[in-house]
Parts: sequence; C-alpha cells; structure tokens
Amino acid sequence: MEIIEQVKTESVPKNIPMDLGHVKISVQDLSAFFGKTKVIKNVSIDIPEKKVLAIIGPSGCGKSTFLRSINRMHEVARGTITGKIIIDDEDVMKIDPVYLRRKIGMVFQKPNPFPTMSVFNNVVAGLKLNGFRNRKALKEIVEKTLKQAALWDEVKDMLNKSGAALSGGQQQRLCIARTIAVNPEVILMDEPASALDPISTAKIEELIFELKKDYTIVIVTHNMQQAARVSDYTAFFYMGELVEFNDTKKMFTAPSKKQTEDYITGRFG
Amino acid sequence: MEIKSNIKKFSFYRRKTANVIMLSLSLLAALVTLAPLIFIFYYTISKGIAHLNVDFFTKLPTPVGEPGGGMVNGIVGTLILVAIGGGIGIPVGIFTGTYLSEFGHNKFGAVVRFLTDVLSGVPSIVVGVVAYTLVVVPMKHFSALAGGVALAILMIPTITRTTEEMIKLVPQSFREAGLALGIPKWKITLMVVLKTAWKGIATGILLGLSRAAGETAPLLFTALDNRFWSTNIFQPIASLTVYIYTYASAPYKDWNDQAWTAALVLIILISLLSLIFRIITRSKYKTTN
Repeated sequence: MEIIEQVKTESVPKNIPMDLGHVKISVQDLSAFFGKTKVIKNVSIDIPEKKVLAIIGPSGCGKSTFLRSINRMHEVARGTITGKIIIDDEDVMKIDPVYLRRKIGMVFQKPNPFPTMSVFNNVVAGLKLNGFRNRKALKEIVEKTLKQAALWDEVKDMLNKSGAALSGGQQQRLCIARTIAVNPEVILMDEPASALDPISTAKIEELIFELKKDYTIVIVTHNMQQAARVSDYTAFFYMGELVEFNDTKKMFTAPSKKQTEDYITGRFG
Repeated sequence: MEIKSNIKKFSFYRRKTANVIMLSLSLLAALVTLAPLIFIFYYTISKGIAHLNVDFFTKLPTPVGEPGGGMVNGIVGTLILVAIGGGIGIPVGIFTGTYLSEFGHNKFGAVVRFLTDVLSGVPSIVVGVVAYTLVVVPMKHFSALAGGVALAILMIPTITRTTEEMIKLVPQSFREAGLALGIPKWKITLMVVLKTAWKGIATGILLGLSRAAGETAPLLFTALDNRFWSTNIFQPIASLTVYIYTYASAPYKDWNDQAWTAALVLIILISLLSLIFRIITRSKYKTTN
C-alpha cells in the first residue's frame, strides 16, 4: 500500500509549496490530446497574477500545447483537453472562445503582423475588427500601446506603412502592441524571441519586465538564460508531464528534481 | 592521379553539354508556347485593322451587300452577357472557394470539390443546353439572361478553384493571430484571409471573365443573336463571338473581313479588362513579405 502511494506521488508531481500571491489561473489535472496521442499528462499548476511564469522543456514536451490550451487555441489545431483550467473562478471551457481570447492574448513564435494592414491598423486590428471605430480614441490607443511596447519612437513616422515593412524585432513588438491593445489580463508568449537577433531579444525581454506590472505573463522558451532572466517562476515540462514548478531563482540554483538539474545544466534535451 | 583528372574533365564537359542542351530545349518550348499567340495577334491585327474605325464602335450591322456599318450592339451585348455572368458567377465562385478552403474539410467539402472539377470539364455547349432548359424553356424565348446564366456556370469552377488555392496559400499564422485577438472566425476570413489572397483571386476572376467573353457555343441557344440595338436582358442579344461565328462562315467577303475586326475588338476588350484588373488590385503597400 505504501509503495503504491509512493509511486503515485512520483508520477504526479505535486507543486512545491510556495507563496504565489493571488492566483490568476488555476490548472487542474489537465491532459491534452491530439487524436489518441496524449501530449500533456495530468498537469496541475497555479499561475500567479502579475508575475512571469516561464515554461521550459525539450521540444515536443507539450509546452506549446499547454500554453495554447489556456486560451483554447489548441482547438484550432483540433486538440482536445480533459481536466480544468480556471481563470478568475471561471472555467475556460465554459467561456466563449472569442471572449476568452480577448481576456487572454497570445504572442507567437514567428512575428505575424497582418501584411495587408498598416502599422496603425495592425495595432488596433483586434478593436477595429470587433466594431470599435472611434478614430480619435483609436489614435490614442495606438500611441499608448506602441509606447508600452517600446516601439513608438521607431515607427511614429511610418504608421501608414505596411506592418510587414518593419524588421523582425519591430514586427514582434508590433504583435505585442496588437495583443495589449485589446486590453487583455493575461498574455501568453510562445517563444516570442526565438526568431530574433540578440538585440531584439533583449528589447523583448525588457518589455516583458515592464509588462508584468500590468499583466499576468506565461512564456514558453527554449532559452534557459531567458527563462532565468525574465521569469519569477519556472515550470519544467518533460514528456508531457510537469516535472518541477518552482521559484525561478531556486529552480536555477538548487532544483529539487534530478531531471530538472540534468536539463538546465545541458545534460539532455 | 591521371584517372582522377580525366574523370573530372569528362564530367565537366558532360555537365556543360547537358546544360546547353536542356537550356535550348526549355527555350524552344517557350517559343512554341508563344508562337500561337504571336500568330493570333499578327493575323487578327493585319486582317482586322481594315474595318477598325469609329463606325465599328458606333453603328449597327448593315444588311448583306450594303457596305459599312459596325457592331456596337455586339460589343455592348458581350459586355452585358459577361456582366450578368460575372454578377452571378463571381460571388458564387468566391463563396464556394472560401467555404471549401476554410470550412470544407469534411465529406461534403470533398464532394463539392470533386463536382467542381467535373463541372470545369463539361463542354461549354452542354452548359448551353442546361441554360436553355433552365431559363429559355420556362421563359419561352431566348434572352441575354439565359446567356449570362450559361456563362456564369462556365466561370464558377475556375473562380472556385482559384479562390480555394489562393486562400490555402495564406499562412495559418495570420488566422491564428486573428483568433488570438478574439476576432470571430468569419471576420478573420473576410478581413484578413480574403484580403491577403485577393490578388490571386482577382486573377482567377479575370480568367473566368475572359473565358466567358470568348464563348460562342453556349450563347447560340441561349442569348441567340440580335441584329438590332437591345440592352433588354429579357430579350435576345447580340454578342461579338456569335457575330464572329456567323460573319466568318458567311459567303460574303465583306462579312468575313468584319469577322476579323470583331475578333480584334474582342481581344482588345479582354486585354483592357486585364489591365483594369491589374490596376485595381495593385497592392497598397510596396513592401510585402
């Protein structure tokens, strides 16, 4: 009986007790499937409000799927989930995905501004396409969000140019501006800097640091240093399981699991 | 060492020769493709230019034996027929193509896709018979409307398949970007996907319209012909292609010459249409990804 109990605790790791402050999103026993393949296995985790949570792990460990299931983008790729994701006492599966995604924005790996829209229209695409048309208010929002995204000085003279005319790093900040323009509460970032050069990456990281004052941020990254630099908490995923969820400082100095240590020291993955 | 350098030499010349041969063959093929077009232009211009004057665009056809006259009714007739065809065919084609690409990943979509391909292979004269049965028989007389319906049926497969293919080329990441902003899917399809694919779709529309403008067979028993001025879509209407058909096969030299001019005018009209499309679909932004 005791042995079974032990095996159980090993295979379903419990969160290490930490003071997370206010919990924004509570993931309970989440599993995700593509067809019959189970890509996330019974993950439970609490995501603290106005903090940065980094998710690390080798390719194919379910990081992106986990991120996508939070704002139900996994459905776009025909994934299914079991378990519960609660945001502010509401089950995400019971919220209309269109409304849910206005509350939980997302930034993708590859910058994807709309090529047929100007920089201006890219920023307010989410507002305009949802029927918000007050020209004066839109102008203010564009300036405010571009400043927030640390892009205003670089593009203020080319607001009417195509969003695709910007450099890769600028495009990604434009995408972040577009995401915060709809005024979400949570921002999910799926390797937002992996397609960028070191200088642009540094800018994005600074930006994340600024943004966490107002938003809850979950960032998936392959870059361990990046996770160490930008996040308050880190979760390590391996083969669809949450191996360790810990304070970032502790995670990178004294990880409690052998697997975590092996991964962050580069022994596998 | 010697063998090695020999091999090198041999393969070098072989490679060079093969390159020259293949390049010449491609060039020859390109010329063969171009040749008919050049001949068509040469003959229609050299033979049709004689009657190409203001009268041709302003006057009605004259009775046999009487010189002069024009084909203004045929020109306007062709424009009306193509407009009716486009008015029905373009929206149906675009909507079907959009459905197939964005929502049609199921059995029904597969059936529609297959039937669209079948429809594009149906001979135009058979489409004419269908339009005859659908429109002419219940109306009890020939009409421009019937001709337009026939042309629409001919356009639909081209526009549908081009729309579908062009929409498929729009990267999934734009759709995801829209969805992640909390924009409803139909709005993303309309304002992002179709807008991005618009240039390619316009090419498909142009192909459809041009093909329709050049059709004769389905018009023979739908729009028929009209020797007089008519813009009434419920009455028979003249068209350049039917004029080319009747005038070219008539035993009068005068009419044969005018058939060439009609052919030239048709080519000019289609070229103009193509030019207009290029202008209106010109990208607003010079830099694209």
